Amino acid sequence: MTDTAAPKTTVSLTVDGRSVEATPGDLLITACERSGSFVPHFCYHPRMSPVGMCRQCIVEVEGPRGKSLVVSCMTPVADGQVVSTTSEPAKRAQEGVLELLLANHPLDCPVCDKGGECPLQDQAFSHGPGESRYVEEKRHYEKPIPISDLVFLDRERCILCDRCTRFAGEVAGDPLISFTSRGNNTQVMTFPDEPFSSYFSGNTVQICPVGALTSSAYRFKARPWDLEQVESTCTTCSVGCRTVVQSSRDELVRYQGVDVESVNWGWLCDRGRFNFESVNSRNRVHSPLMRKDGTLVETTWSTALDAAGRILRTVLNDKGPDAVSIIGGARGTNEDAFAWAQLADSLGVTARDAQLGDGLPAEVFALPQATIAEACASPTVILLAPDLKEELPVLYLRLRDAAEKRTTRIIEVSPRATGLSRYAWKSVRHDPGDQPRVVSELLSDRDVVDQLSRGNVTVVMGRGNLAESPEFTLLATGAVLAAVPTARVLPVVRRGNVRGAVTAGMTPQRPDADTNAILSSIAAGKVECLVLVGADPLSDVPDADLVRRAFASVKHVIAVDTFVTESVRHAEVVLPASAYGEKVGTTTNCEGRVSDVAQKITTAGTARPDWMIAAELALELGVDLGISSYPELRDTMTSSIAAFAPAADAKAVRGEGVLMAQSAPIRITATPRSAAPRLTHQFRLHVSRVMYDRAVATNESPSLAPLAREAAVHMNSGDAQRLGVRDGASVRLSSNGSAVVLPLAIDDAVARGVVSVPFNQHGSDIRQLIRHDVAVTDVVVEVI
Amino acid sequence: MSVPSGPRIITSRFDVADGHTYAGYVRTGGYVSLRKAVSSMTPQQVHDEVKAAEIQGRGGAGFPAGTKWGFLPAGVHPRYLVINGDESEPGTYKDRLLMERDPHQLIEGIVIACYALNASQAFLYVRGEMAHAQERLAQALNEAYASNMVGKNICGSDFSVDITLTWGAGAYIVGEETALIESLEGERGMPRLKPPFFPAVKGLYMQPTIVNNVETLANVPYIVGQGGGDFKSIGAPTSTGMRMFAVSGHVNKPGVFEVPNGVTTFRMLFEAPEYCGGIRNGGSIKAFIPGGASAMWFFPEHLDMALDKPTVDKAGSMLGSGAIVAMDQTTDMVAACWRIVRFFARESCGKCTPCREGTTWLERVLKRMLDGHGRPEDIDLLFEVSESISPGIAWPPRQTTICPLGPSAVSPIASAVRRFRHEFEHYIEHGRPIDGVESPFATHLASHA
Ligand SMILES: Cc1cc2nc3c(=O)[nH]c(=O)nc-3n(C[C@H](O)[C@H](O)[C@H](O)COP(=O)(O)O)c2cc1C
Ligand code: SF4
Ligand code: SF4
Ligand code: SF4
Ligand code: FES
Repeated sequence: MTDTAAPKTTVSLTVDGRSVEATPGDLLITACERSGSFVPHFCYHPRMSPVGMCRQCIVEVEGPRGKSLVVSCMTPVADGQVVSTTSEPAKRAQEGVLELLLANHPLDCPVCDKGGECPLQDQAFSHGPGESRYVEEKRHYEKPIPISDLVFLDRERCILCDRCTRFAGEVAGDPLISFTSRGNNTQVMTFPDEPFSSYFSGNTVQICPVGALTSSAYRFKARPWDLEQVESTCTTCSVGCRTVVQSSRDELVRYQGVDVESVNWGWLCDRGRFNFESVNSRNRVHSPLMRKDGTLVETTWSTALDAAGRILRTVLNDKGPDAVSIIGGARGTNEDAFAWAQLADSLGVTARDAQLGDGLPAEVFALPQATIAEACASPTVILLAPDLKEELPVLYLRLRDAAEKRTTRIIEVSPRATGLSRYAWKSVRHDPGDQPRVVSELLSDRDVVDQLSRGNVTVVMGRGNLAESPEFTLLATGAVLAAVPTARVLPVVRRGNVRGAVTAGMTPQRPDADTNAILSSIAAGKVECLVLVGADPLSDVPDADLVRRAFASVKHVIAVDTFVTESVRHAEVVLPASAYGEKVGTTTNCEGRVSDVAQKITTAGTARPDWMIAAELALELGVDLGISSYPELRDTMTSSIAAFAPAADAKAVRGEGVLMAQSAPIRITATPRSAAPRLTHQFRLHVSRVMYDRAVATNESPSLAPLAREAAVHMNSGDAQRLGVRDGASVRLSSNGSAVVLPLAIDDAVARGVVSVPFNQHGSDIRQLIRHDVAVTDVVVEVI
Repeated sequence: MSVPSGPRIITSRFDVADGHTYAGYVRTGGYVSLRKAVSSMTPQQVHDEVKAAEIQGRGGAGFPAGTKWGFLPAGVHPRYLVINGDESEPGTYKDRLLMERDPHQLIEGIVIACYALNASQAFLYVRGEMAHAQERLAQALNEAYASNMVGKNICGSDFSVDITLTWGAGAYIVGEETALIESLEGERGMPRLKPPFFPAVKGLYMQPTIVNNVETLANVPYIVGQGGGDFKSIGAPTSTGMRMFAVSGHVNKPGVFEVPNGVTTFRMLFEAPEYCGGIRNGGSIKAFIPGGASAMWFFPEHLDMALDKPTVDKAGSMLGSGAIVAMDQTTDMVAACWRIVRFFARESCGKCTPCREGTTWLERVLKRMLDGHGRPEDIDLLFEVSESISPGIAWPPRQTTICPLGPSAVSPIASAVRRFRHEFEHYIEHGRPIDGVESPFATHLASHA
């Protein structure tokens, strides 16, 4: 290729007398803004396709055919364009549109949540005509109306910019809101009997340029001028979306998404956005608790630390360090986990695990790694993961975008259809335990081989099924890596900071010391003291029988937590922990990106950050971890753990954050094998998480708690017909000598021969059928 | 009064009782042109005849069809022909008659056009309310398929085309070609911005698409049968062929007439006995709409103007969709103006702010005047709001909007206020119209009081 054949990479134009360079295809509005000329606008949003609907962004452009007024959000830049954002005709048009937008606007700013941060208000001041000549009766609607459990719509305030509706259809893939009626009666509306129950509905509230959309969680809670805010990272799941945390009168009132290119593009899921409510919950543990006559009663820090220290000392002295185990660390910061790992090291405690038997073996983080951006730019993404829409919602948005708007092809191998199946190039169903075989077969399919040769291949791998050993997905991933040696892996575990906690050392330091092994050792009487650091095994460990046996026989439980959970109820000593928004630190997302979390409010009661509790407990035990302040802790961590070295600079962890350092990747050497086939009269069990469950942060958030559903057994209609069972009927599932009774939900998303049950929902607990040492779970289904 | 005469090209079967059936159509010379095209002409030759005919589109904009067909990018398939049968402009009712009375002629025109365009799929979009036209077209399509005039290997050639009949749900805006395309795709009928969405490049399903009006395509069998030169020799060189005009309002005999294009005058249409036969009650013209409700109004001094596109354009209005509405000396111009603005306000799709908010505002101000609550500043306000929709309030209109519907509401206001300002002032001062006029829509006024 010669230089002359290469397409021109820049054009230059003049905006308000200044010359600007732009890339062909750029929109005029972005070029104007870059040149320093703000163009008023409402419908344009940089993360959505332009519609040119509000007509506010009109500018005057001089081209070969003279001057004309154009909308800058839909006009591409061109070489030699002369643009004026403030010429008389442009200004007249901008003022005209603003006057028209305000004509029917109720101007109830004093009682509007948006007042003070409202683009309409702001631009009416900066670009409006000053006063309205509209004397006719304004448009009236019932206000506001709920359009979902979380969002209210005030149609009088709506300026019909199409942002919310575009977001719902184009970004979230949930086109549940749309325009109805015509002309002056045009309005945003849901479809009859179908609420706007999108997992991403909160984003519409954030991007609405007026106060037409409000959220139940924030309505009337604060005025923008009372808000204080700080940038942070969401740790609800391992996507690690960038946020601002806002408070008013020292109480969290709102999270808003921040646009970072590498992660969330400004979006948040509703679970991450609204669970700030749990931080404010009255049920938080405000002071240390100690068991007295069978109940937990409040006490002082010195008494509690003294008691915890005594327990640990006794067990360590009498039985040695293997009689102590620590579970947890993934709900806190990297530094929290590091401090606890330091404490464990100093005591010689090797049985420790940040995961709860529901994740992946830690070595997945040592496979050749892909970032989220790299995955979304890969021609091929192989999904061996849970339903990302349910578990890592914003990663779902990114991959959906890659498949819908870009050229990525998704190959999904899963026992049931997921949110991404609709966008997948190939979506293959399989029996749990059969993934390695199905993947190997796919790898020799002619079309697939062809597709894999088109460039980067990313395997997005996670724990798709809690009733199945993670080994199968590991073997399937190994098969891909063997067939495509350049393929890379994006490991997606659900819980927020698993990757950071594992990297910081909260991971088994010897074989057979993970959470399942720890619980088995407790049940066998070998471990006497269990320390829980923000972990609730009784709710989260899939093998319910194991965890129940362990808690029945454990001698001592010391718990560090924000709430008295099922597991914390068994503690002798409870040390109250600071929650999200109450402490500083860094967190690591699924791709290994380290970014900061910030403190915005004073901690609840006398709660303290996990790391401080570790340090004080250490002192109690006569060990000095050498940590007396957060900066000191961070320095120690980034200098002693090579992976965290890039995070040493405090500036590096702001905004986009920084990827942690990778050492030479390991390989998977085991040969793929599948589980034995299931007997024809049985079903193979699939258990996975859904967005709203009984997780404490959801349960303690009044807006979200009602969204958790009743558990049900999901079964393909063909199977249901064969069994002669109707939707809603009660069925008994039995396996491994246990049984549960649940209602049946006919659901063709599920492969035939598989029954799928959501995890941790209201109703009977499916975990009773799961055994950690059984590779797959086969169940008998009986109609009762 | 002697009027120019010409052949009846597309209304020739309006008097044939079974002209709408396959038998009647074939008996009267139908499907001869299609046979000729597919058996003895190349697509390019067909296209060349249409170009030579210089037929201007009959849907409103008057763009030459042959030129438009040339905009399809070479080699990009699939490509579509979309036939605009959404006819909803007030006063326009020619396409409906063409679809009801001679559906096979339209089908033949469509198939020939597809042959010329190398398109194998056409979508015929018919206005929602036109039940009779829909039935007739459906019947005719079935017959045409059965007779191998549509479908696979037409007339034994290797050319195949399918025509899909679709109907709207009753929205004027869906007549605008990009809104029609959205509606065909199953979306809400709202226009797309041109550029970038010029149908010939990015049309239906983002593929190259030609949108033509029913009347435009109904002429194609004649053009191919008789030759483009023959068609061009009829009418004026600047407005060729025969053209249908729908005349309504205060005339003795309203109706649709196929007249030589470019040479017939407005006066002939209003007064000639073979057309409307004069103004009602022996009255005189006060104003008239020359080409659909979107057009600027004309006045008595324009009566002798020929129905010639460039002439009418130059005089500051348009022939548009060929809807001519006469208003005699008894017409209340404020009421007439309000009535038309109200139409556009109700038919605005709601997409862009100036049209959605502005047209309703204009309508409300006019209604307030009619109700006797006008204020002296309201006349300026009408112009100010109009200016926000159509900067300069000039002709051809400039627009702050996506499509020309918004500015359409400005035309009656600019026309009526500029010419009959005293009637508006009278309403403002006295709360009633000047003496001797009445609302042309008295019943509507009463029911919307
Ligand atoms: C508001 C509006 C309404 C229109 N309504 C119609 C219509 O009802 N029928 C029609 O053929 N064209 C209508 N048009 C014009 C079409 O957009 C398009 O130009 C025409 O169908 C092209 O066909 P032609 O080139 O054969 O005239 C309308 C345009 C606008 C802006
Ligand atoms: S509700 Fe808000 S975001 Fe949605 S269209 Fe109205 S103004 Fe725009
Ligand atoms: S996707 Fe995950 S990180 Fe992002 S907002 Fe939701 S819970 Fe938080
Ligand atoms: S001008 Fe009116 S009809 Fe046309 S797109 Fe805008 S709102 Fe819709
Ligand atoms: S921002 Fe350009 S039209 Fe709305």
